[in-house]
Amino acid sequence: MDKPLDLLQGTLDMLILKAVSLGPLHGYGVLLRIQQISKDRLEIQQGSLYPALYRLEHQGWITSEWGESENNRKAKYYRLTAAGKRRLQTETDKWNRMSDVIAGILHTTPEEV
Amino acid sequence: MTLWSRFRSWLRTTVRRSHVESDMGAELRSHIETYADDLMRTGISPEEALRRARIEFGGIERVKEECREARGVTLLESLIQDIRFALRMLRKSPGFTAVAVLTLALGIGATTAIFSLVDATLLHPLPYPHPEELVRIEDDLPGAGATDAGISIPEFKDLQRSGIFQYVVLEIFGSANLTGVSQPSRMQYEGVSPAYFAMLGVKPELGQTFDPQDQTPGFTLDVVISDGLWRRAFGSDPHIVGRSLRADNDLYRVIGVMPPGFRDPGRTVGERNTEQWAGLGFSDDPARSSNRSLRLPLETVGRLKSGLTVAAAQSQLDALVASLREQFPDDYPADSKWTVRLVPLKENVVGNVRQSLILLLGAVALVLVIGCVNVANLLLARASVRSREMAVRQALGAARKRLVRQLLTESLLLSLLGGVAGLVILFCMKGSLLRLIPESLPRLNDLSINWTVMLIALAASIAAGVIFGLAPARQAGRLNLASTLRGEGRGSKGSTEQTRTRRVLVVTEFALSLVLMIAAGLLLHSFWDLLNVQLGFNPQHVMSVQLWLPSPNDPKTDIYGTAAQEAVFARELLRRSRLLPGVQEAALGAEPSIPLHHDRNRSALIVEGRQRQSTQTPLVERSQVTPEYFHLLGIPVLRGRLFNDGDDENAPLVAVINQAMAETYWRGEDPLGKRLRLGAGRAGVGQRASKTWITIVGVIADARTESLANASIPQIYLSLYQETPKELAIFLRGNLNASAIPEEVRAMVQSVDPQLPVYGAQTLNDAVTASLEQRRFSMDIVAAFAVTALLLAALGIYGVISYIVNERTHEVGIRLALGAQRADILKMVLRQGLSLAIAGAAVGLLGALIVARLMAGLLYGVRPTDPLTFAGVAILLIGVALLACYIPARRAMKVDPMVALRYE
Repeated sequence: MDKPLDLLQGTLDMLILKAVSLGPLHGYGVLLRIQQISKDRLEIQQGSLYPALYRLEHQGWITSEWGESENNRKAKYYRLTAAGKRRLQTETDKWNRMSDVIAGILHTTPEEV
Repeated sequence: MTLWSRFRSWLRTTVRRSHVESDMGAELRSHIETYADDLMRTGISPEEALRRARIEFGGIERVKEECREARGVTLLESLIQDIRFALRMLRKSPGFTAVAVLTLALGIGATTAIFSLVDATLLHPLPYPHPEELVRIEDDLPGAGATDAGISIPEFKDLQRSGIFQYVVLEIFGSANLTGVSQPSRMQYEGVSPAYFAMLGVKPELGQTFDPQDQTPGFTLDVVISDGLWRRAFGSDPHIVGRSLRADNDLYRVIGVMPPGFRDPGRTVGERNTEQWAGLGFSDDPARSSNRSLRLPLETVGRLKSGLTVAAAQSQLDALVASLREQFPDDYPADSKWTVRLVPLKENVVGNVRQSLILLLGAVALVLVIGCVNVANLLLARASVRSREMAVRQALGAARKRLVRQLLTESLLLSLLGGVAGLVILFCMKGSLLRLIPESLPRLNDLSINWTVMLIALAASIAAGVIFGLAPARQAGRLNLASTLRGEGRGSKGSTEQTRTRRVLVVTEFALSLVLMIAAGLLLHSFWDLLNVQLGFNPQHVMSVQLWLPSPNDPKTDIYGTAAQEAVFARELLRRSRLLPGVQEAALGAEPSIPLHHDRNRSALIVEGRQRQSTQTPLVERSQVTPEYFHLLGIPVLRGRLFNDGDDENAPLVAVINQAMAETYWRGEDPLGKRLRLGAGRAGVGQRASKTWITIVGVIADARTESLANASIPQIYLSLYQETPKELAIFLRGNLNASAIPEEVRAMVQSVDPQLPVYGAQTLNDAVTASLEQRRFSMDIVAAFAVTALLLAALGIYGVISYIVNERTHEVGIRLALGAQRADILKMVLRQGLSLAIAGAAVGLLGALIVARLMAGLLYGVRPTDPLTFAGVAILLIGVALLACYIPARRAMKVDPMVALRYE
């Protein structure tokens, strides 16, 4: 198996929004969800997750609520808000445009210049 | 939306900080435990799983800190930290803190006090709803040389019908004897047309006011009284409505009591202190006249239709006046140029004092700025002591921005403390400060420290904190770390720059102080000139006491109804007055004959042979006196004769005029023997003089009995026995006991008629002083501010020179070691101080020239560029500066070269 990739600068917020958009999750759940979707190809620092969650909540894109986890522990569940949904959409669009442009540049051959 | 949620989250974290903290701890714990659960499933022991989970999670405290930062708590928390730290720093140097806080308390307290005065007078002059609609309506006859010439009844009706006003009201002021209460007393009354209270828009506290539609002709017997009279004469009787009172022996029914603080927007203190309002119909006797040229000495006040500006109303009124002039050419001859002028009522109240108050506000603002500059200087001195601390903190990783913020927090805290201290002092001294304010200062509001004033104090504090905090904060931001830490603070670039900043501050201080001192000097000079003006009369050893003869509406009950009746009383009064202890001379006069008594009593003047020129006539100040009056006051006769005892009710009417009147109306002619007639003055006065020709028999020298500042106001005197006034003044000259006279005169008057109130006893010297009290008030305050400013500036220059001397101890040591004389050192230091003081004085002189020009209207007898004041103040300032520098200079002189050189 390949060595997991480190996260690109600034993409963690977007990934958290995406993960939470699939259903309410607690912090650890977010971590697991991203690893599961990425098929363990992404490495996320556990410590960096929480500041990101707090920042997103502060900005009003997610809200939190205490609940019970699957193994009967108290856990704080995060959910996407309407504003967060819009934010995720614009972030996704931006990312897609950006990766198109970058891919285009990287695929350029000398003849095309 | 996001802004709101951000704010909510910030609020939540701020308000429920401990809750959020424990929440965060629980969440992170739950994460680690769940992770450990997962690890345990791979077969690891619980302890080991937990340990690994913790390691992989990373530093939990660091994560928490980052989370806090993400929620935006840091700003508030760091602010709290800053404040705590600043408080600790201020506590650590109590001397510095005390000086700074006191300086600022003085500045902010004084600014707040003056502002509250300005707020109550200039900013909110009229305590009535929609004050901008209220105007005074004045009739001018520029062709006949008369302004505010009174109004005729048909004109009043024209104004009411004009559609320009919601209400037009006529007013007449007077005083009446209130009897039937424990001690007969005089009260100020005002006859008003019924719409008066509706126009001002003020509701009574008890009962009711007049019905604006009331058409009752003549006087009504209903009166509204002031809160003051209600308390003074009726013991705050809650059932006052319906009770009656006796004014000038007439029975009136009280129908309402006005709320405390309600005042008439009058021109004089007396008018503003009106205690009783009587309804006047002005539709029948005594105001039935349909004669347009019969101008009554009434005040006209109106409330404009809402939405109408004064300018728009004026142009509508001009059109009305033009059409009336066309319609009644006989009443309004072209040469009298009749016009009607609207004056915002506000102008009437504050017009005279605006300049003084703005001057005071400017002066106090200067004191505040000087105070700030001084504190900035102190802070800079401290900053140089603390530069090592700042350097160490920067070296340890504190951001410059953060340090600047912390220094600003310190100075803001200092200024807020100063502001609070200032307000506390102000509250404690409120009573004694209020007593300083002259009664003649026109204000209808009670002074109060209200929210606006508090806000201004807060704003002043914050502005002050930022102003004086900026210099040291900038300094800290530019600290050269390496050299400061190596202990090269002395003589390094940072410190030269600091010295320069401090020099600039001192020069500023001096310039501002000079401006203030010159303003004070000019006021002082004017005041001195006025005090030493040639009065034209001799106020020494003279007292005046007033009384008022009632004039009841029913002539049959008036025991002083005819001139003969009153003359008997007057002669008896004079006879008994001469018997009072110490009295050498006695005279009687009408109230307006009291020198410098600010009461207008003007009559229309009709000169024989000239009345064809215009039916509209000029007005002159007139009064009645007994023959002894002129000698008692030492006013010499220039031509003709004075009155004598033969000028009584049976003799032809005679008059004495002053030089100014002779100059105005008979320039180049001999006024003696000329005849004139006077229009009706106040109610009950001037009955005979308005019907009969009066012959001029004498001319007296001008005396400043009307105004200290103006010697040549035309005046005419009639014989008191021929034209008997109701408001009398007794003049006494001699070796008088000023504290006993009021009681002695009261007993003497009441031994003749026990129903008469006696009031207003004063020495003429006091009257002269009192007429200057407004000037004295602004002069005293500006002078106090100027002295404060001078002291602060002296402190400032002392601080800077001390600092420079300290800096140069080493250099001075070397100089001395190389053979410099101690006197040279003294000179060197003094020269430095002198150059600062001179630079400050030069800048200040420029500012003072501008300020002096602006305050020209407040000066008397002295030009705004008075060289004596300018030079004197500049020399005084430089002298004080030299004195302040002398102390550190002596210290420099006494430097021991050995000690100084070893010091490094």
